[in-house]
Amino acid sequence: MTAKPEVVEVEGWFGSDSDGAYLVGSRCTACGSYFFPKQTFACRNPRCGSTELDEVPLSRRGRVWSSTTNHFAPPPPYPAREPFEPYTVVAVELPAERMVVLGHLVRDADPAALRIGDEVEVVIEPFYESGDATHTVWKWRPVP
Amino acid sequence: MSRSERERDVAVIGVGMHPYGKWGRSFVEYGVVAARAALADAGITLDDVQFIAGGDTMRNGYQGYVAGATFAQALGWTGVPVSSAYGACASGAMAIQAARAQILAGFCDVALVVGADTAPQGFFGPAPGERWNDPDWLRFRVLGATNPTYFGLYARRRMELHGATLDDFAAVKVKNSRHGAQNPNARYRKEFTLEEISASPVVADPLRLVDICATSDGAAAVVLSSRDYARSRDVDAPVRVIGVSTVTPTYPNTYVDMPDIGTDSAAAVDPPALSYRDSIAAAAYEEAGAGPDDVSFAEVYDLSTALELDWYENIGLCGPGEAEKLLREGDTTLGGRVPVNPSGGLACFGEAIPAQAIAQLCEVTWQLRGTAGARQVENARVGLAINQGLFGHGSCIIATR
Repeated sequence: MTAKPEVVEVEGWFGSDSDGAYLVGSRCTACGSYFFPKQTFACRNPRCGSTELDEVPLSRRGRVWSSTTNHFAPPPPYPAREPFEPYTVVAVELPAERMVVLGHLVRDADPAALRIGDEVEVVIEPFYESGDATHTVWKWRPVP
Repeated sequence: MSRSERERDVAVIGVGMHPYGKWGRSFVEYGVVAARAALADAGITLDDVQFIAGGDTMRNGYQGYVAGATFAQALGWTGVPVSSAYGACASGAMAIQAARAQILAGFCDVALVVGADTAPQGFFGPAPGERWNDPDWLRFRVLGATNPTYFGLYARRRMELHGATLDDFAAVKVKNSRHGAQNPNARYRKEFTLEEISASPVVADPLRLVDICATSDGAAAVVLSSRDYARSRDVDAPVRVIGVSTVTPTYPNTYVDMPDIGTDSAAAVDPPALSYRDSIAAAAYEEAGAGPDDVSFAEVYDLSTALELDWYENIGLCGPGEAEKLLREGDTTLGGRVPVNPSGGLACFGEAIPAQAIAQLCEVTWQLRGTAGARQVENARVGLAINQGLFGHGSCIIATR
């Protein structure tokens, strides 16, 4: 069986280069505030208000703020696997951006071992399978 | 503490509720029952009401979006102006604030505030349809980040930072279930034991099913009036609302709030001195001219047992990291120094979103009148009710008598 083609679940939210995966955010050219998901039309810093924002890769590594594992299938539109598999959501503090970004924990990591302050890095992993494609999403992987 | 009346006080002359449950009927019916109970409690009729404020009921169609008019029609059109407010779980506070503003501006003397919900089974989900630019839709689609997911994040953080234990969370449940056991409006009137709680399945680690509030059908209503009107009706020492806060966050809010996938960034601007939840209470205290030491009891939004502990700190009952001590020493239990959730809280009610802040004011009013029966707080002088709605909606009400 040949592997299904990979498609990104959300266009323009993450990418990868020779250094690995990264999240795509935006940065205000006037005040330097970051946004994820991207803010495209106006900076949300109330003392700034600039309309010039650049698309930028965010820090690839951050520190765990908290995490939780879901043991029940969420309602639609979550594309739950059948049978349902518990999944862990990790909140990660990015150092340069001074913001917290959520994401799933990679499937082969042990959620019980995660502690606040642990270093994690962003990777791209399969999220779910549809009829003709493997949908990918960003996830957090513990840095050994 | 006794407080003399002030210019910006409004009187609570009537309160009423429709019992919480899973009744499966229209939210409009529940709202009418609660509104009529509040009018009867105030000893007035619909003809005396000059303004009707509704908390919007989403997921229930057009009637829900125009809640003020919906309740006005169902009670019987009398021609009065209406308002409809949506602020998720804080919708009721926005409706109360709208009514209060009408009274304080002199547009009316008597206003009826109503909130009611018919809730779905299980997890709350986003509105149907595919919306790739709606953060509330995206968090479910891309992360499966249900509301309990956020509660789980807070709970684990609290355990690691402040040493909260599963036993502490269970103790909150035991306390609230005991408080609510004799509340006729509560949906769950059963006292939980530690054994039953530990047998409950984990939903969002570390939180179990019984740690997380259910979604309920129910309604609450209050009749607010000017102080002059209350005097003219010979209402003896009415309960007075002395502070209302409906604040939004201050940029940058770097705390993970529903439905965020990413928080604000503090790269360019340092976070404000007060966290968002702290600021919700602070604004109400400031307007009331009161502080945490003045509070005799509090109704806090226990979406989860763990979150109740966060609120102790947010409303200043204790310092950061001290909530477990307060709980363990029995301070927040009926009979303790400052009982929290004497009504039984969401643990016993579940949430009927637009009714919540109004239901909190009903309980605060019964407590301040001294008519709360078996769950009465001794010497209840000042009550504080706080909650927070999805997407940056604060809700805090302080009342006294």
